[in-house]
Parts: sequence; structure tokens; C-alpha cells
Amino acid sequence: MSTAPRLTALDALHRSLGATMTDFAGWDMPLRYGSERDEHNAVRTKAGLFDLSHMGEITVTGPQAVELLDHALVGNISTVGNGRARYTMICQEDGGILDDLIVYRLGETEYMVVANASNAQVVLDALIARAADNGGFDAEVRDDRDAYALIAVQGPESPGILKSLTDADLDGLKYYAGLPGTVAGVPALIARTGYTGEDGFELFLKPEHAEGVWKALTEAGEGVGLIPCGLSCRDTLRLEAGMPLYGHELTTALTPFDAGLGRVVKFEKTTNEGRFVGREALEKAAERAETAPPRKLVGLIAEGRRVPRAGFSVVKDGVVIGEVTSGAPSPTLGKPIAMAYVDAAHATPGTEGVGVDIRGTHEPYEVVALPFYKRQK
Amino acid sequence: MSNPQQLSYTKEHEWLSEAVDGVATVGITEFAANALGDVVYAQLPEVGETVTEGETCGELESTKSVSDLYSPVSGEVVEANQDVVDDPSLVNTAPFEGGWLFKVRISEEPKDLLSIDQYTELTAGN
Repeated sequence: MSTAPRLTALDALHRSLGATMTDFAGWDMPLRYGSERDEHNAVRTKAGLFDLSHMGEITVTGPQAVELLDHALVGNISTVGNGRARYTMICQEDGGILDDLIVYRLGETEYMVVANASNAQVVLDALIARAADNGGFDAEVRDDRDAYALIAVQGPESPGILKSLTDADLDGLKYYAGLPGTVAGVPALIARTGYTGEDGFELFLKPEHAEGVWKALTEAGEGVGLIPCGLSCRDTLRLEAGMPLYGHELTTALTPFDAGLGRVVKFEKTTNEGRFVGREALEKAAERAETAPPRKLVGLIAEGRRVPRAGFSVVKDGVVIGEVTSGAPSPTLGKPIAMAYVDAAHATPGTEGVGVDIRGTHEPYEVVALPFYKRQK
Repeated sequence: MSNPQQLSYTKEHEWLSEAVDGVATVGITEFAANALGDVVYAQLPEVGETVTEGETCGELESTKSVSDLYSPVSGEVVEANQDVVDDPSLVNTAPFEGGWLFKVRISEEPKDLLSIDQYTELTAGN
């Protein structure tokens, strides 16, 4: 494995904008351009522009593409209409989460699976291996990581900004839908998805078109407060929106049910006689979550100002009752917030006396239901 | 960015002003503030507390991380900047001015400070 970080097609542009760069899953990515709080607030109130080209695109095509995806993933991909998208997961045989994914149906027998950068190779390998299961599926799994740059424009002003640059029918494009179109004169897959808790779009483009589209969006958004945004604010945006991040809330040691996301597992699939990788283990996990859940994912809001970080212990009466998986100062709430797995007995919102051990001091925290932030529609 | 001439610096990116009547002001450099990102919480040493050169005396919390604050000099704290406690973003917007952190009555001449040239060299290329 090469140790030199991979650069996106927008690398030179980020540097010209003075971005602070960071290594993320082997990619050199913008962490922030200026103040991450300003970037966060721009997405909540106006619009932000992100380079997400590190995300891993995998194309699955062929007569049995949908059968393969129903077999390999926990979702019911057969029910995804043409031009629609679905949030789903890929699990191990023991039910442990390998990654969370978005699957876009691009055509009758063509799907694009978008994996987290850190898991793209794992997901690709698993899909290729699973394509050979059950005597083999008549489908092709293609690594398209280098075929796409990915630019996201997120925030309440994003529909207006994008509308000025595309002939696509954005009003007809629902949340979790995607259609091919033209943006700033070049072909793009336009998807109404994001990871910020706001309305917004993700644009899958040829890498050689990325710079032109970025500049066109920047110009179109100038008058309404669009600014470039880095991964730092993407993390606080998704945290406020209660969205899990792989490696934090999701790991191979947890099933979707443990993570409070059992709804993504569909046992009522009709393809492959209802069988799929992980089914038996996930049925047991579903029952355990129903009857005797070990821990639950909750939100924590600080009463003080010290910030909880991933790995910090959640405590009550001097006893460890859980662990923080993500924590940050919330620009919207003006207080530190965290997601944490907490023993089920203490996971009810409003549970008294819960704290986080912040470098030896037990700071008081309020247990709340997720998400911390929900946009007004 | 340019570091003020009249200050001394540490390897941990604090600055120390020239002492007036034995009292000097401490802050962190613009380089450090930029590296931290938005500072959201500052825990400063309290008035009357004794600080020791090279030892931690507080912490600065930013969006992504928490960093220890090291005292560039030994002595007694005579003032902590309440403006920074109330609005930690001053550390980002004015690290050499309104974002100063505390004032200390020096008890011992500091041994390990860097000159402006040494500090500028340390942070060059970053």
C-alpha cells in the first residue's frame, strides 16, 4: 500500500483557497477553509460546498444485479425504483456492520453503491466475493472510485443555486432520489442526498469536470452566502443531525439493531428465497434488541463547556455505564454534544445523574433522544 | 502571518511579552490558533496560582481536539483574561492582542524561550 495520500481532482483549488488539509482514509482532504463554525452555520442557514471525492463508488450491473444486492446487503433493494436511492448497510455473516451505504438505482439493471472512503475496498471485496455465492450471480461489480469526483452543495439555498446551473427538474427530485442531468454544461448524476441534516444535492461527475462545476457553483452561490466547507463541519453537521459515522457509531462489533438502525434490515425480501448474508445472526440481534438490549445509542448534551470525545467513559454514581462514540461543540446548540452507547437501564431521555469522564472530572450531561437538530420543512 | 518582534516564544507555541514591573503577558501564537481551529473553551490558570515554566497550566478546547496550555515562565498568576473565558474565539481572531490568556509575576528568569527568528524558523514550512 502506498503511503502517499491520494489527491482529489480539486486538490489545487483547495490549496488556492487556503484550505487546511487533513489525511482522511488515505486521502488528503480539506478539513476547513476558514472558521469551521462559520462553515457549519453557512450550511444550516445558507449553503456550503463540499468536495467528497474520497467516497467510494462501486457500480453493479447485469440481469441479476438486484438479486446480488439483495443477497449482499441488508436492505430490500428490489423495492428501490428507478432514479431513487436507499440508505442501507452491508453486514458480515455474524451480523456485524461492514459499512453503511447509499445505493442509487441508475437504470433498469444498473446500481451505484457509495461506500465510506475508509471501507471502499472492504465493500468492493465483499461484493465481488458475494457475487460468486449461490452458484454465482449474473452481475458485474465494477470499481468506479476513480471514475467520479463528488461535489455536494448543502443548505437551504442549495436548490436555488443549483437550479441556475441545470436543466434538470429539481422540484421533481425528491429526497433520496437521483437523476442524470447537466450541471454547468457537463454531465452529472444529480442526487438529493447529503450528510448534513439539510436539504442539498450530491453531484457525481467526471473528475476532469470537477473544477469547472465547483467554480460555477461558487459563482452562482456568491450572492446568497455559499462558502466552501471542509470535513470538520461535515462532522459537526452530521452529529447534530444524529447521523452515525462508520468507525464511531458503527463497527463490525455491532449489528444495525445494536446501533438503533434495525429499520434498515429487511427480512421480508422476496429475492433469493428471502435469504441474505447475515440473516440468521440479524434475526437473533433483532430479538435481543427487542427483549434485552445491552446498550443503546443516545444523545448527550453538556451542562458545562468541556467537550466529550470519542472513547470517553459515560458515568453514573462513579460507575461506567457507557462510552462516547462522537463528541464536539455544537455550533447550533452552543453547547458540547455527544453520541454514546449507554447501558439500556440508563438510556432513557432525562435520566438523572449522568456524566462524562473528561480527563478525570465527571462533567454533568443530559441524556436526550437523537437527533439534536431537525430542520424545519 | 507575522509574529510580533517584541515577544518571546516557546516550542509549544505560547508567546510571552516583555515584563513590565516584573509582570508579563502570556498567549498562544497565531500559528497555534490556526492549527487548533475554532477555540470553544479555555481553561486558564487562576489568579494566585503558581505556574512553572514548561508545565501545563490550562487547556484550550477546539472543535476537533483539546490542547494543553504550557506556561512559558515560572511565577504567580496575577490576572486571567475573562474576555477569553467568555468568548474563546478571541484566541482565533486576535491571538497577540485581545486573545491573550493570562498575566504572570515572574519569579525566575525563563531558560527555554525562543527568539522571533528561532520561532519563525520552527514554524516555517508548516
